[in-house]
Amino acid sequence: MVYPERHLLAIEGLHPPAIAQLLDLADSYVLLNRSGKTQRDLLRGKTLINLFYEDSTRTRTSFELAGKRLGADVINMSVSTSSVNKGETLLDTAATLNAMHCDLLVVRHDQSGAPNLLAQKVDAAVINAGDGTHEHPTQALLDALTIRRRRGRLEGLTIAICGDVLHSRVARSNIHLLTTMGSRVRVIAPPTLIPAQAEELGVKVFHDMRSGLAGADIVMMLRLQKERMAQSLVPSAREYFRFFGLDAEKLAYAKPDALVMHPGPMNRGVEIDSEVADDPERSLIREQVEMGVAVRMAVLDTLSRPAAEWAPNVR
Amino acid sequence: MSADFFFQDVRLFDPSSGIDIQGSLLVRDGLIADFGASPGRPENVKIVTADGAILCPGLVDMRAALGEPGFEYRETIHSAAAAAAAGGITTLAALPDTMPAIDDPALVRLLRSRGEETGSLTILPYGAVTRGCRGDELAELGLLREAGAVAFTDGGRAVGSSRLMRTALSYARGFGARIIQHPEDPSLARGAVATEGALATRLGLPSIPACAEALLVARDIRLAELTGGAVHFAHVSTAEALALIRVAKDKGIAVTCDTAPPYFDLNETAIGVFRTYAKLSPPLRAESDRLAVQAGLADGTIDAVASDHQPRDVDDKRLPFALASPGGSGLATLLGITLAQFHNGAITLAQAIGLLTSRPAALLGIDAGRIARGLPADLCLFHPEAIWQVVAGELPGKAQNTPFDGRALEGRVLGTWKAGRRVFG
Repeated sequence: MVYPERHLLAIEGLHPPAIAQLLDLADSYVLLNRSGKTQRDLLRGKTLINLFYEDSTRTRTSFELAGKRLGADVINMSVSTSSVNKGETLLDTAATLNAMHCDLLVVRHDQSGAPNLLAQKVDAAVINAGDGTHEHPTQALLDALTIRRRRGRLEGLTIAICGDVLHSRVARSNIHLLTTMGSRVRVIAPPTLIPAQAEELGVKVFHDMRSGLAGADIVMMLRLQKERMAQSLVPSAREYFRFFGLDAEKLAYAKPDALVMHPGPMNRGVEIDSEVADDPERSLIREQVEMGVAVRMAVLDTLSRPAAEWAPNVR
Repeated sequence: MSADFFFQDVRLFDPSSGIDIQGSLLVRDGLIADFGASPGRPENVKIVTADGAILCPGLVDMRAALGEPGFEYRETIHSAAAAAAAGGITTLAALPDTMPAIDDPALVRLLRSRGEETGSLTILPYGAVTRGCRGDELAELGLLREAGAVAFTDGGRAVGSSRLMRTALSYARGFGARIIQHPEDPSLARGAVATEGALATRLGLPSIPACAEALLVARDIRLAELTGGAVHFAHVSTAEALALIRVAKDKGIAVTCDTAPPYFDLNETAIGVFRTYAKLSPPLRAESDRLAVQAGLADGTIDAVASDHQPRDVDDKRLPFALASPGGSGLATLLGITLAQFHNGAITLAQAIGLLTSRPAALLGIDAGRIARGLPADLCLFHPEAIWQVVAGELPGKAQNTPFDGRALEGRVLGTWKAGRRVFG
């Protein structure tokens, strides 16, 4: 085992062998899932808690399914923000979870860094299922697995990430993972949706789709939330779609066989046109969901191994 | 009555009077009675001596939040006084953004007398610029001044409205008082918790561009020029703001400023992976800004170093970064972190002590922060090379939220005297 951490809090800081190991293991789970077989003894007797402070049917279900396929007892805890405001702090919650002898804790939170805080206080291995605008590591892993299975590699590919990079944890995790694995990463968005000094993350920044998509192997779209219009970061949805929405015309700027991805849920007609999203030749969106389960199985498997199997010399 | 003290064979150090002699100092009836290379030692005095120690004026901290009234769970005047004494501080100007805010003359008098009750710390209250420090209507500046407010500020909140700032500067001028501004454009800063840049981008934290400070500084310099009022910028932390202040001073505009130890000792990397004890307001800056603050100490652009003490308890801090309350405790570390700039050669010892004593005293308009016969014996005895380590949880006072946790420091307070009474050491 080369995966060096007790938790999975971020992609940033993971080394290529650790990422490759998770992807290889996930690959084997894709085969297992497709064969219809299960491996229910692996996490038998272990408790997985899905602690979600934000709604997310997709990610929660994916973790639930992954846990169940490996035989874990899965408990879903949805915590609405209002009850958080009534008093119980994140650390009170951590104490409660410790008392329940939780082994694997999957956390989604609207605040950047919340899983890091929990990881300091809980006995369980913590898996970040998306924190604020910080990271969403399993999304990046499943995106990478999807690409690697289609293209056979990550190294040397040109990958364009388009949309609200400023508020996107998916973009941050993907940027860290793909640059670590040797892809050339571009981000394309209006300047108001690009975070400060984005170049320091190792990406090239573009503000128009034509030059940004030129020669791209993969086009990864990000969700644009309605809130951004209210904040005047973008004047209107129709203006956004006109310049940054992915339709067949703009996709034609990319390589002829370029593939399209989206972490979901999609805003059709805002950041992506249905014609592209539903094109079986070009769209990997459904495949991403399938890979999500396999990647999460690989992560749960890796983090549930006893500490002795971690290789402390790899950092 | 308190005993008389005789400091024997110590280094007497007061940059404002140009005193730097190895000698002795006599405290009698709470006052500095005599000092010099070899003043006579009377009978019946307590002798204090320490090899290599420096005796300087008690420190004057021109910016600290006390927690009272309203936030006693964070700090009380009693606990703050203990921390101040351990830090060599004998006079402290207290911020008014409490609950309730210090916008009423009775509250100014209350704080002053609560300070006197401690017996170790003179508390100089700031009055609120606006009622409730809410930023909409002018507080009763004249009445607050009459009750003893040393200057006016809304504490950690900027006076955002240009119109109100103009009025405040203009009106306060009639009472000979400064307006102290938290220089940060409020609409740019809204919701932000870190300085804009690569670090905030990686951590996914809402961020404020460093120029938000310069924007308000530029505006308020112009308003000071327009009104003839005096503006003071608190905890200045960016190169750009310091450059504007330097030019304004050269032009003779009534502009002054202070900074706080975090801004010349730390940069934004202290946040690490979401360390909330390094969440401050203004936020920690890039290294280039830290260096500019250091240069501002050396060239005199910065008039004072204040502790910027902002007590917080664990529940305020053990939260996701954006939700944690900003601010660091600073009383006990004020001298040590400032002396680090002397030890690393950025400033002289005279500059370091001046920034902590006579210069803030002059800004506050009080006769303190110097060694002179007949003045109350507010004194700080420290060893400039004695080593200690800052450990959150072991600091004096209640507030343990230091951004300097783990920092090794050279320069330790050995004793503090307030009006001739030993209050620490």
